[in-house]
Amino acid sequence: MYPHSHHQQDKPILDVQKVSVRYNGHLALEDVSFHLHVGERIAVVGPNGAGKSTLFKVVAGVMPPTSGTVTVYGSGPDVHVCIAYVPQRSQVDWSFPVTVADVIMMGRIAKLGIGGWPRKRDWDIVHAALGTVDLNDLAKRQISQLSGGQQQRMFIARALAQEAELMLMDEPLTGLDVPSQEGILSLLDRLQEQNVTVMVATHDLEQATQHFDRIMLLNHTLLGFGKAEDVLAPERLLEAYGGRLRVVSPDGKVLALGDEGCCDEGEEPKHAHLAD
Amino acid sequence: MLTWLIEPLQYAFMVRGLVAAVLVGIVCAVVGTYVVLRGMAFFGDALAHTILPGIALGYLVSGGARESLFWWALGTAVIAALGIGAISKSAQIKEDTAIGIIFAGMFALGIALISTVRSYAVDLSHFLFGDVLGVSSQSLWLTAIFGALVLLLIFIFYKEFLTLSFDPILAVTLRLPVGLLNNLLLALMAVTIAVSLQTVGVALMVAMLVTPAATAYLLTYRLPVMMALAALFASLSGVIGLYLSYYISIASGAAIVLTATALFLLVFLFNPRQGVLWRSANR
Repeated sequence: MYPHSHHQQDKPILDVQKVSVRYNGHLALEDVSFHLHVGERIAVVGPNGAGKSTLFKVVAGVMPPTSGTVTVYGSGPDVHVCIAYVPQRSQVDWSFPVTVADVIMMGRIAKLGIGGWPRKRDWDIVHAALGTVDLNDLAKRQISQLSGGQQQRMFIARALAQEAELMLMDEPLTGLDVPSQEGILSLLDRLQEQNVTVMVATHDLEQATQHFDRIMLLNHTLLGFGKAEDVLAPERLLEAYGGRLRVVSPDGKVLALGDEGCCDEGEEPKHAHLAD
Repeated sequence: MLTWLIEPLQYAFMVRGLVAAVLVGIVCAVVGTYVVLRGMAFFGDALAHTILPGIALGYLVSGGARESLFWWALGTAVIAALGIGAISKSAQIKEDTAIGIIFAGMFALGIALISTVRSYAVDLSHFLFGDVLGVSSQSLWLTAIFGALVLLLIFIFYKEFLTLSFDPILAVTLRLPVGLLNNLLLALMAVTIAVSLQTVGVALMVAMLVTPAATAYLLTYRLPVMMALAALFASLSGVIGLYLSYYISIASGAAIVLTATALFLLVFLFNPRQGVLWRSANR
């Protein structure tokens, strides 16, 4: 019932080839190709409605591409349980009657099988994940009692319990205060030590530059993918954000992005600002 | 007090009715927990109404015999649940609009069918509002068997239903058989409705699915506790409702639902966690 596909270790952890996604008549993604190395940290930037969430859903095997292929270690994503999708906090029903530990245990259920109940080893893994994200004391709390940063860390712990090797995080930093953002960013470092590959959608170009190995600039098509200094060149950013790009300092350094683009992926308009 | 409690029990129909009300209450409450958490109250209401033509047809075919109606209800409910589930996925019109059209149309068809029989008013009211005091021991057994089956499946698939309800995208990335599980849950709702038909009837069914579960939701943040509390409230409503029905001569289905509603209001106003009055007193 639960597939456990063999990982061909000579194949990239993620290989996306000529992926296009069309829905309701418009093209959300067009001819996107790239591949990732194990343990890389990728920041995915682009305006609202650029197709970041769509890309994550296609990579996670939640949504099939209209054309093109996605492979994870050489086979389609829909046979893998090693891909974790960390949802935007606004997409979650926080009043659901579950505790933090309950949510993290959900990451284990593919390993338990139908009708199986958590064993000691599963609880050990859940507690280890709680420890990694520093939520031990809050394990028995209902999820709405957590702060925004704690909620985000809970989902990272769930991905750890899932033993995910590829984590897709949809704007995990949005709406968090600076200490909470730093908590998440330092967790990303720990994930890298464990060889977890992460893709993070973000609006914050400075954090993208400082904390990630490569930056992907997306606006329906892939406008750039590589080191920050190459990808975040002003002319490329202008291409991605159009007239919605707000502040570029005279030396070409991007200071702030304002984005009031429409929300065709149900995203709320957000403002991401860099400290200057 | 004791004689007040024991007196109705000398009648076999009261004892059968009490057993039926408690059984149905437990099954409805546990399934209803998912109805509440997934925001499917309207779907449940529609599903209950949609089975009326099936019951009516069974009623006409069997010449007014009640015994086979359970199977007609069961068959119609399962078909209707999966049918509505499939239709609501097509993006042509909004889901609640589609459900509204089907449910009213089918309900009207049911009424039209039953109206061809002479004793139509009495029979229709039994289908609509239940007739728990007319439960036979045979249908009591069917209720027990199918109710137990529903609870067993809810238990076996506990973590799958929980995950699917809380985070459908996680369920997909864990490669759970999401379509199958969704249809199984719809089928379990359908069986629950068929089992509860004689106790509360088509029109009041949604109250048994939603009200005890909503009451429990106000009191806990653990799903297993919510299920247990909902079952407790539903059983209590069944017992208290039937005694009310006996002593003040009101319709049994209505008495059960009114008791459940009263319990909800009490908890809504007075529970220490988030009760309305409590909060305004502490303000």
